[in-house]
Amino acid sequence: MAKLKLALYWAASCGGCDVAVLDVNEKILDVAEIADIVLWPIALDFKYHHVEAMEDNAIDVCLFNGAVRNSEQEKIARLLRDKSKTMVAFGSCACFGGIPALGNFTNRAEIFERAYVEAPSNDNPGRTFPQTMTQVDGNELELPEFFDTVLTLAQVVDVEYFIPGCPPPVDLILKVVDALATGQLPPPGAVIASDKTLCDECDRKKEEKKITKIYRPHEIIPDPERCLLEQGIICCGPATRGGCGLRCIKANMPCRGCFGPPAGVVDQGAKLVSAIASIYQAESDEEIARMVKEIVDPAGTLYRFGLADSLLRRKRMPLAKAPSAVARPLVEVIGR
Amino acid sequence: MSFEPKIVGLLCNWCSYAGADLAGTSRKKYAPNVRVVRVMCSGRVEPTFVVKALQSGADGVLICGCHPGDCHYIEGNHKAARRIPLLKKMLAQLGIEEERVRLEWVSASEGDRFASIVDEMTEQIRELGPFNPNGGGQDG
Repeated sequence: MAKLKLALYWAASCGGCDVAVLDVNEKILDVAEIADIVLWPIALDFKYHHVEAMEDNAIDVCLFNGAVRNSEQEKIARLLRDKSKTMVAFGSCACFGGIPALGNFTNRAEIFERAYVEAPSNDNPGRTFPQTMTQVDGNELELPEFFDTVLTLAQVVDVEYFIPGCPPPVDLILKVVDALATGQLPPPGAVIASDKTLCDECDRKKEEKKITKIYRPHEIIPDPERCLLEQGIICCGPATRGGCGLRCIKANMPCRGCFGPPAGVVDQGAKLVSAIASIYQAESDEEIARMVKEIVDPAGTLYRFGLADSLLRRKRMPLAKAPSAVARPLVEVIGR
Repeated sequence: MSFEPKIVGLLCNWCSYAGADLAGTSRKKYAPNVRVVRVMCSGRVEPTFVVKALQSGADGVLICGCHPGDCHYIEGNHKAARRIPLLKKMLAQLGIEEERVRLEWVSASEGDRFASIVDEMTEQIRELGPFNPNGGGQDG
């Protein structure tokens, strides 16, 4: 059998997903056995023009990690889609937006203001911002355009499989490698993880789900045997897909939701609002107000990895007085 | 054309739907902007329903249930009383105005109260303008 052609790409991500691929250790030799890598910016010296020169569908599988937050990432996502038979959203950022999608609580103007003016280490009285095009000595320098809204990979191109996780655990990666080697792939659209919720797979002792106070993780040392939610720590397990191997739970930390919503759940954050409010024992208006106050950052906590993939996708921004020159309406970006 | 708010009303079967019915049978005149969906209990209203309504083009969502202590299922409305305020805090972080989501208790005998809630909410949302499910703002 001819070797598979494999591409790996990173967009808006931290690099952890690429490291996770290396975490398969000696099994990487099995990967090398069945596949030739044709693009892997973090590890190998292939260029975009090598990919552009390929015929359509020349790549068998593309593992794409990271969200799409600028025009270069969008362009490469489309290029790799054209050249790949199978596109895999690899990791939480590509699947749901991930941590970069918390940028959807703001927009480009506010991010630039913070990063290039307000941050304490800056000295930028002339308010210099990155431009997509700059003239220097008669030459044109080009930078990718930074989007207002972080997008998931599937909001930009068609995606065959989703491997969630921050980063995806080694056993799921190997499962995909095995499936590729044997050609026994699941139906398109499948999420390569468990179909159950994390709570379903969690082996902690669960008693009565009734809480009267919410603790933030730094305010309490949790009992390592008992359900974290029952101890008053916000654990996203009730509305998070399992299959992660309970990595956080085993480290006595609550689930933060990186595997995204389980099958049948449309909006992870709204579902978690429902779960947490249901078990909190509050009857009077004062008690309800206390609960609302104790959950300091509901949107950031419950949509930590999934804002771009949620129903509302981003914060509604107030109408700007004057539109900026490079403004790019969301409808234009996500309408495609 | 002037803006007419679209409000989705999620009304509990036992009290509030009967209250809205009473407003109708007593020929009470009130704003025609609410589209009523009958649910068995305000406790059946998942926060997802509210978000989905907004995302699908509603300008506001009104949830009505039995008064505390009157729930047909004993404590369904108590759960709604906790879920909706927490949801509203989360929606506020997403830039959604407070007035767009409203939880009220309406008994089967409070047709007048239902009508005045709908009138008031319609005017508040008319003031706010349409909800933009695509992000809103120039820089959406």
